[in-house]
Amino acid sequence: MSMAKALNAGLQRAMADNDKVLLMGEDIGRLGGVFRVTEGLQAEFGEKRVLDTPLAESGIIGTAIGLAMRGYRPVCEIQFDGFIFPGFDQITSQLAKLTYRHEGAMTMPVVIRVPYGGHIGAVEHHQESPEAYFAHTPGLRVVSPGSPHDAYWMIQEAIASDDPVLFFEPKSRYWPKGEVDTESAGIPLHSSRVVREGTEVTLVAYGPSVSLALQAADIAATEGTSIEVVDVRSISPLDFEPIVASVQKTGRLVVVQEAPGFVSVGSEIAATITERCFYHLEAPVLRVAGFDTPFPPAKLESVYLPDADRVLEAVDRALAY
Amino acid sequence: MAYTPATLQLLSPAGELVASEETAEYLPLIEALSDEQLREFHRQMVVMRRFDVEASNLQRQGQLALWIPSVGQEGAQVGSGFAAKAQDHIFPAYREHVIARIRGLDLITIIEMLRGISHGGWDPAKTNNFHLYTLVIGSQALHATGYAMGMQFDGTTATGNPDTDEAVIVYFGDGATSQGDVSEALVFAASYQTPQVFFLQNNHWAISVPVTRQSRTPLYLRAAGFGIPSIQIDGNDVLASYAVTAANLDAARSGEGPRFIEALTYRMGAHTTSDDPTKYREPGELEFWTANDPIIRFENYLRAQGADDAFFAEIAQEGEDLAADVRRRTLALEAPPADKVFRNVYSEPHPLVQAQERWLADYEASFEGGQS
Repeated sequence: MSMAKALNAGLQRAMADNDKVLLMGEDIGRLGGVFRVTEGLQAEFGEKRVLDTPLAESGIIGTAIGLAMRGYRPVCEIQFDGFIFPGFDQITSQLAKLTYRHEGAMTMPVVIRVPYGGHIGAVEHHQESPEAYFAHTPGLRVVSPGSPHDAYWMIQEAIASDDPVLFFEPKSRYWPKGEVDTESAGIPLHSSRVVREGTEVTLVAYGPSVSLALQAADIAATEGTSIEVVDVRSISPLDFEPIVASVQKTGRLVVVQEAPGFVSVGSEIAATITERCFYHLEAPVLRVAGFDTPFPPAKLESVYLPDADRVLEAVDRALAY
Repeated sequence: MAYTPATLQLLSPAGELVASEETAEYLPLIEALSDEQLREFHRQMVVMRRFDVEASNLQRQGQLALWIPSVGQEGAQVGSGFAAKAQDHIFPAYREHVIARIRGLDLITIIEMLRGISHGGWDPAKTNNFHLYTLVIGSQALHATGYAMGMQFDGTTATGNPDTDEAVIVYFGDGATSQGDVSEALVFAASYQTPQVFFLQNNHWAISVPVTRQSRTPLYLRAAGFGIPSIQIDGNDVLASYAVTAANLDAARSGEGPRFIEALTYRMGAHTTSDDPTKYREPGELEFWTANDPIIRFENYLRAQGADDAFFAEIAQEGEDLAADVRRRTLALEAPPADKVFRNVYSEPHPLVQAQERWLADYEASFEGGQS
């Protein structure tokens, strides 16, 4: 099934399991969301479980906080990545800190779903990758599935968490299909995993870049280079163990992401792996990222976004040391 | 910088009940109050003004990092605070110390926050639904609205039983009315018809900026644009604050949707101990509001009702006792343990925070005489 369908199925299951789970957002009810991820859920669960809210992101997050105080488990949809910023203050100053401010007397089981990333040819504010802002904020958990299977399970695990979770959905991956095992998640929410084994270079990616890394690894294989790919899955907390184990084997690491590279998730991975794998590294950790510019007009997105060639160029540089 | 023809008063500045067409619906709520309840209003105002002065003194003596005075606003706060029923939820801004006390919060908890020991840390479930202070201006308006939506979804409001039906009251100031979150809260509240009262304390100053910079329109009139009924009251009239808030909370809990009250009052002191109101006050302003002091007005009323010198002496002494007790307990407060830095960042284990806590413990232990 597609990731969009897997998310829909995961949300449906979470709502059926717990009547405190609410969906809130713009156009998520009758329309089923602009990406149809919530299609059919308002018809099934009613308008008190699936709320078409007024058009105000801070209002959505702020009222979700109040509902969480009341014992609900709101799942908010932010329609597009670039529209999260009107809600940024409520997320970072309130949602992220309220458990701390209450000294644990209150928890904040709020999930914020954010369709993110490029490759869809959309207008400004519709293709961004703002995950680093939230990974930088203590009190938040930040995850991003790279496959329909992970999407199905990770959304349910995020809803089950008593902490706020920023759930970044790679919108370029909404429609490709993949196998979903509805019996078993396989691994816990906050764990990374090797999704392709290899010996010479490690590629680390998350969300939309996982498929790109796998594509690059396929091409490299035809050229005789063996690449291992780690899907980070969870950005905060970040499970470094599989990355450390991989780099200890390959000695080379390239991090791939759509977000701008400066002060980014890739920067953090580079710093930590350099610290933990210094004597295993044969080359500096390299980042392949979006440029440090605003996301350009859609006709230039192929210039801006990393592609397999840019990933392989970095692989070649790493191998050249 | 004063009352308007629309400002509702139940008690004139001289301390006499105002009988008029406008006050007729509220006066029965006052008549239903016992002498004991009326005296309790006064007791809270007087005792807490003394507490407030003591807390400011403690800050000046270096015992608190900051104090947030509420002198002058006791009428608005005590009246509305007593209007809330036990089942109601109160979302304060950060100056509603007397309402905290009315709901049973130990005042030392607020002192701890302003001494740098906590960020608040109380549990609303143990303080009769008095929620934490919120320092980002206006953010709590949305939390209150979401909470009120939850009451609707739970079906614990608008059942027709005013003794159990729940409602929310949220406090904010004139500066907060310029914040987007307050407008968004009004939008959501109107849209979902939440059981909720928006209680605006217009104390005329957002630190050094006058309310005229926030709005060219009397603030209670803004509510009409959101489709929310509103009223402007004399916030220095504790009886108006009580009766109007009680009536509006009952309307909200009965399913009539949200209400908006603008209480005109005045912050007689500084915004906090870190500012200097002599740099921005208008000439004559303090004199006007001193003449409208909520405590003097209500004392006149109570004396006319038969309260004697002994009563006023008793509550004055109670204020002295409370101030002494708070001072003693403040000086006895200890710094929190270092590991509080890491507690409750998350409710479930987080490896990064856990690793940093272990690192700090090892680091501290590495010094001579250190403890792990």
